[in-house]
Parts: sequence; structure tokens; C-alpha cells
Amino acid sequence: MNLPAIKAIYVFEMARFFRTILQSIISPVISTSLYFVVFGSAIGSRIDTVDGVSYGAFIVPGLVMLTVLMQSVSNASFGIYFPKFIGTIYELLSAPLSFIEIVIGYVGAAATKSLVIGTIILVTATFFVDLHVEHPVWMIAFLLLTCLSFALLGFILGIWAKSFEQLQLVPMLVITPLVFLGGSFYSIKMLPPAWQTVTLFNPVVYLISGFRWAFFGVADVSLMGSALAILGFFALCLAIVWWIFKTGWRIRS
Amino acid sequence: MAAIVSITDLRKTYAGGFEALKGVSLDIEEGEILALLGPNGAGKTTLISAVCGITTPTSGRITVGGHDVTTEFRAARSLIGLVPQEISLEPFEKVMWTVRFSRGLFGKRRDDAHVEKVLRQLSLWDKRDTQVKALSGGMKRRVLIAKALSHEPRVLFLDEPTAGVDVELRKDMWQMVHGLKQEGVTIILTTHYIEEAEAMADRVGVISRGELLLVERKAELMHRLARKELKIELPTPLRELPASLSRYQLQRSDDGRTLVYTYEANAETSGIGVLLRDLHEAGIAVADVRTHQSSLEDIFVDLVKEDVT
Ligand SMILES: Nc1ncnc2c1ncn2[C@@H]1O[C@H](COP(=O)(O)OP(=O)(O)OP(=O)(O)O)[C@@H](O)[C@H]1O
Ligand SMILES: [Mg+2]
Repeated sequence: MNLPAIKAIYVFEMARFFRTILQSIISPVISTSLYFVVFGSAIGSRIDTVDGVSYGAFIVPGLVMLTVLMQSVSNASFGIYFPKFIGTIYELLSAPLSFIEIVIGYVGAAATKSLVIGTIILVTATFFVDLHVEHPVWMIAFLLLTCLSFALLGFILGIWAKSFEQLQLVPMLVITPLVFLGGSFYSIKMLPPAWQTVTLFNPVVYLISGFRWAFFGVADVSLMGSALAILGFFALCLAIVWWIFKTGWRIRS
Repeated sequence: MAAIVSITDLRKTYAGGFEALKGVSLDIEEGEILALLGPNGAGKTTLISAVCGITTPTSGRITVGGHDVTTEFRAARSLIGLVPQEISLEPFEKVMWTVRFSRGLFGKRRDDAHVEKVLRQLSLWDKRDTQVKALSGGMKRRVLIAKALSHEPRVLFLDEPTAGVDVELRKDMWQMVHGLKQEGVTIILTTHYIEEAEAMADRVGVISRGELLLVERKAELMHRLARKELKIELPTPLRELPASLSRYQLQRSDDGRTLVYTYEANAETSGIGVLLRDLHEAGIAVADVRTHQSSLEDIFVDLVKEDVT
């Protein structure tokens, strides 16, 4: 294992993040605050409680997941697409590195960034609502696994993309709708039964439900289902990355 | 001397079906400077890319320092520095940072003293805190070289290092290459400039359309293939060559004032003596004679032309 190389990639990627630290942090803080104002106060004043949780607090886990998912995918996909785009990938390919180290460096950095942003959003949320976490270990485990799996997904996307359009298309057309329809702002129990069944095919539902359970002890689907979903998704992404590694798909001509 | 890079029957067919390398075999000796010459699209970059791990060869075997580049890629690639043909750099990074990054990628401990030495050598030290995008093209190329040297490679590949570099800087670059050779670094460079190969290389390889046409010591190559020309200036124009001189296959200029005699530089006898005697006997007076030896360029153009026909 070439540890200095992993460190070099990780530090390099994190430096990019810290160079634009204001942008990286202010924009999620502002958008979270806006969600609280709109959903928490304006709409929440009419909703009262969901499953015994005040609506303002109820949306916090969903909001954190929403941001963490989007940030993981966009950071990791951009991180590996950019060297491909400007040609500096030659250096990664000619260095004594295996694909594993490249993945650890880029995915690790992207996951760290979204973890930082997720934490900031949680802290911001405490200014708006009373928040307590019933199962902190589960909460951290769900957060970490989500950051990692979606950073892996972003990495795959970055390798696959042949243009900036493609790079933005998937998050916009696939991930955003899945997240919004995944119960970030509502309990799926509020939906008509037919739609509840449809929703069960949305993997994000399991993530948000599990994450929310870690906070409040209430869930839309069983905890086991949530844990299996996120582990399964993580394993699937790992398998795809492994396949890319074996075949050199879209990396080595 | 032992071969530090050994390439055996290397073939590369790109995904589109184009065969860019058609069975190249080449041994590069430790400590030498090898220049690869060849027209656009000959396969020079493909050859380098296969050695450095950027493209996967279709077949064939490559070792660097005795390590197979696919099965022992870590050991092999640790020895190699690559300066690519295209300038590819992170635009927003500072020079010092990007060079340090390269060193890290190659698994080396951070060593700012070494990075400083390399940057000074390439006259980049003053620019160490400048963002890459604010550098001129020639400076960017030197940053690429600094990145390749940052991890102390034993074999350095320079893919057209002097493309877009002014004459002054080109001379500096040649000097730097010679300096590296003194330190024992093996250097493989590609170029379109024959003068560059002539000035720098110990050996010259000529590639055309995916085939290595020849690899030879520069001096031997010149010696073996060089033709010499003897230009004979005449005081009075000659209308017609006398039949007694036909065996020399002289070329007469249009104005009849010069005759050109071509001969192999290394032939046992040049035949100049008898030619001059025969000229005298034919009653042709000679005003002046000059000889001209063909350059590597002439040889190169001849070789590639032969290959095309
Ligand atoms: N990724 C690729 N896919 C398909 N064909 C390629 C690819 N890269 C190079 N080729 C083709 O392979 C041939 C050799 O290209 P290469 O870049 O090795 O030439 P070169 O000798 O370096 O030329 P130049 O002097 O212009 O740099 C060319 O015909 C080129 O079009
Ligand atoms: Mg080339």
C-alpha cells in the first residue's frame, strides 16, 4: 500500500475544499436555514407533530441526508472527473499506485467533506429546534456509511462521465428526485397506500428512515431493512469500483 | 551495460482497431540518452505510454529495472519519471504544491530541500508560490519536468520536451538533460527536431507507422549512412559531360558551372583522386572543390521516405 500517495491525494483534495471554505460552508448553512424557515415554521406551524415529533425536528435527519447525499456525489464525481478532463490523470496512471489507493484518496476526501458539511447542518439545526439523538452510535454509523457509499457512487459517475453535462445530469435527474421523494420532509405513512408501496422501491427511503430512527426512535421501515439497504448499496458500489479497477474501464486506453 | 528498459515485441491496437505499434523491440541501456525520431502519428507517444502504464499493451513484454511493468508495476513505475507531450496541470495549484504532490504520489517522503533543488535547476524557484495558470507555456513545461524529477527517477521519459520552447530555453534544456545524464539518469526523449537528437542523444531510434526502423549509435548511424558530396566548381561552364567521365555519375548544374560527385563516406576509396585526374585528362579545369556531409536530417528523411514507398 502506497500510504504517502493516499495522503498526497487526500491532502490535495481537502486543500481544494479549504480554499473555497466559505462557499463550501455558507451555502449549505443558508439553504438549511431556508428549509427551516419554509418547512419548519411556515408549513410546520400547521402540521404540529409527526409520530410524536415536532415537525421542525422531524425534517432535520432528512435535511442532513439530502445535503450529505448531494455533496458526496458531487464532490467525488468532480474530484476524479477534473483530472480526466484536464489530462492530469496521466500522473495517477503512471505513479506506482493501484486503483485502491486512488479510490481511498478521492472517496475518503469527498466523504470527509460531506461529513463536515453534515455536521455543520446539524449544528445549524440546533439553533432552530430542540434536537436530541436517541441512538448516537447508529446515527454516526448511518451518516458515515451514507457519506462513503454516495462518495463511491460519485466516483463511479466521475469515471463514467465523458462531459460536464453528463456529470450533472445524473445527480439532477436521478438523485434529486429520489431524495425529495424519499421522505425527507414527510413520513411515507402520510401517503396513500398505493404510493407507499411504490416508495418502497426508493432506496433513499431506507436511508432516511433509518437515520431518523437513530434520532427519534420512530421509523417508516424496519431498522433491519434500513441497515441492509445501506450495506447492500455500499457493497454494490464497491463491486462496481472493483470491476472498473479490473477492466480499466474509461481510464486506460 | 545492462538494459534498464527492455521492450519485447510490443504491440498496441487501439479500441477503434488501429494498430499503433506493430511489434517493437528495444533495449535501452542504463545511463544513455536515446532519442526517438518519427513523423506525427508514428507511435512515439504510444510507446512511452505503454512503458509508463498509461495504455495497456495488446501484447508484448516490458521491463524497467528488471521489473515487469504489469505484474510488478509498483517497482517498475517507481523508477520512472514522465514528462507528457501535452501540458496537463492543475491550473489553480501553486508550483511548489503541485511538485510536492507528485513526489507524494510516487510514495516518497516529503523533502522540500530536493524540491527546491529541482525548482532552482529549472529556474522556477522564483515562481514557487505562483499559480500554474499564471505561468507562460515554457514555464508550464518546466513545471512538468519538475514534477517528473521530484521523485528522483532513474529513467526519464521526455515526450517532445522542447515543443513550443524558445531557442534560449531549448539550449538550457539540453544542458539540463546532460546534467541528469551525469547523475546517471537514463533519458528517453522524442522529438521532431533532428538537431536536437544530434545535440543530445547517444543513440537514435527512428519510428515510422508503428515500426522501429532502426536504433543505432548516433555516430555509427551517421557513419554508416552518411553520404558525402564533392562539389566541383568550374571556371568555365561545361555544356556536356564527356563520355570518359560517365562512370562517376556526376550531376551537372543547369548553368554548367558545378559538378556534384556523391560517394559513401566510409567506402575504401573515395575515388576522388582518380576523378580529379580524369577531369584533368578530359581537359576540364577546376576552380574549387568543397565537400558536404549529410546531416541526421537527410538520413531521417531518406529512411521515412523509403518506408512509405
Ligand atoms: N487513444 C487513442 N485511440 C485511438 N487511436 C490513437 C489513440 N492514441 C493515439 N492513437 C493513434 O495512434 C497513432 C500513434 O499515435 P502517437 O500519439 O503514438 O504518435 P506520435 O508518434 O506520438 O505522434 P506525434 O509526433 O504527433 O506526437 C496515431 O495514428 C494516433 O491517431
Ligand atoms: Mg506524440
